[in-house]
Order: sequence, then structure tokens, then C-alpha cells
Amino acid sequence: MTGLHYHYQVPGDDFTRAGEASGAVKGLLKRLGLDPEVIRKLSIALYEGEINMVIHGGGGEIDVDIGPAGITAVLADHGPGIPDVDKAMEAGWSTAPDYVRNLGFGAGMGLPNMKKYADGLSVDSRVGEGTVVTIVVHTAPQGL
Amino acid sequence: MTLRDVKTILDADLVFGQDLLNHTVNTACGSDMMSDVLAFVKDQAVLITGLVNQQVIRTAEMMDMVCVVFVRGKQPDQAIVDLARDRNIAVMTTTHRMFTACGLLYQGGLKGGTHIQ
Repeated sequence: MTGLHYHYQVPGDDFTRAGEASGAVKGLLKRLGLDPEVIRKLSIALYEGEINMVIHGGGGEIDVDIGPAGITAVLADHGPGIPDVDKAMEAGWSTAPDYVRNLGFGAGMGLPNMKKYADGLSVDSRVGEGTVVTIVVHTAPQGL
Repeated sequence: MTLRDVKTILDADLVFGQDLLNHTVNTACGSDMMSDVLAFVKDQAVLITGLVNQQVIRTAEMMDMVCVVFVRGKQPDQAIVDLARDRNIAVMTTTHRMFTACGLLYQGGLKGGTHIQ
């Protein structure tokens, strides 16, 4: 099986569209017939990341690679970056403005939740340049 | 119970999902914070909320939920209904408040599902 690659643009100026890419990926994974639990884990982690991109990063790009061993999603924005990634990984810590909480998000659960659902998560952030989040979900048993 | 039972118990109006009314559901959750739904909910089929925006439907979609109930008489706009239709997620509205809606469904047999630490 060769790998499949998909690219999505995430607009940063329209919160109502946040999640379009994640929804498209979920539909794609369903059509490919992947295990429902794999789809669920990737979808939730990706959706959280996409919401973060819109709230904090001003939008960006998502690249999804589907291979024999798993799915890798790379979310890249050119927002302000995260000054303290370790702090951002703490449950309940949030810099989201009040209007975001009124929209049902910004409880400081985004990155911790992504970590919970992903088999692998890395956050590479540079203040003033942007953030790259990589989510990995395995589709096959890992080596012994 | 079925979604038809949910509709009856809550005296709800069905906005979308006539074909889904015979779907059996066993669990539900109630929240206005989609962050919490994504973080703490597992295996729930019905989302009860007073939040009205498209992210409610997207959250339900990601969590594999089959029905969203808007409480306090909140009415979804056409874009929300269209998204729910596209994702095949039933949408209902009830004038009950959140606490009452959850209580009625719990009394009727719906459970909270898996407890997540």
C-alpha cells in the first residue's frame, strides 16, 4: 500500500468553518474503511488542533498522510506562537479570549485532549513565527 | 430507548432526522462547552446543549453522536441544520432547561455512559 497525501487550507477569519478540514478527513477515513476507533482518535485530535489554529493561529494548513502503519497530520500556522508549550499542555490553562468560551471552546483542554487521543504528538512553536503540531495515530500494531 | 422516545420524553420538535427516529440510544451527555464534550465524553449518543452554533454539530460528528438536542427553546439556524443533514445527525429542540431535559432522559433510562477520569 502506498501512502496517500491530502492538503487542506484552514481559514483563520471564520470560526463557523473551523472543523471543515477535520470533517473532510473523517469522511475520507470512513470511505477508506479504517478501524472506527482509529478514525475517532484521529478525528478528535485533528479537530481540536484545527480549532486551535483558528482561535490562536489565524488559520493555516493541514497535511495528512495515510500510510500502512498509521496516519500523520501536520498542522502549521503562522500565528504568534506559544511562549510556554509545557504550560499549554496543562489541562485548564488557556489564553483564549472570552468570546471563544462563549462559542463553547477555550477551556484549556485542546492540547491535553490531543495528547490523550493521539498515539504521538509533537508541538514545535516559535514565538513570532508560528506553530507546527504533528499528530500520529497508528493503524497497525507497532513493533515488538 | 429510541430517538423517537427522546423526542416524546422531551416534548421536542424534530428539526431534522425523521429517518433516524428508530435509532436506539443508551447514553447522553449535557454541556454547553464543546471543549468538555471532546475531553470528557466517551460513547455517548445524544448531546444536550444550550449552545447554538455549527461547532455543536461538528463536535457531535467527531464524537460519533447521532442526535443533538437544543434546550431552552434555542433554535438552530439553517446552516446548522444543513450541516446536521449532511452528517446525518438528528436535531431536536425542546423548551425544557438543561437540568430538566437531562433529568427526564435519565429517568427514562438514558445513562451517562463511561466515566472518564
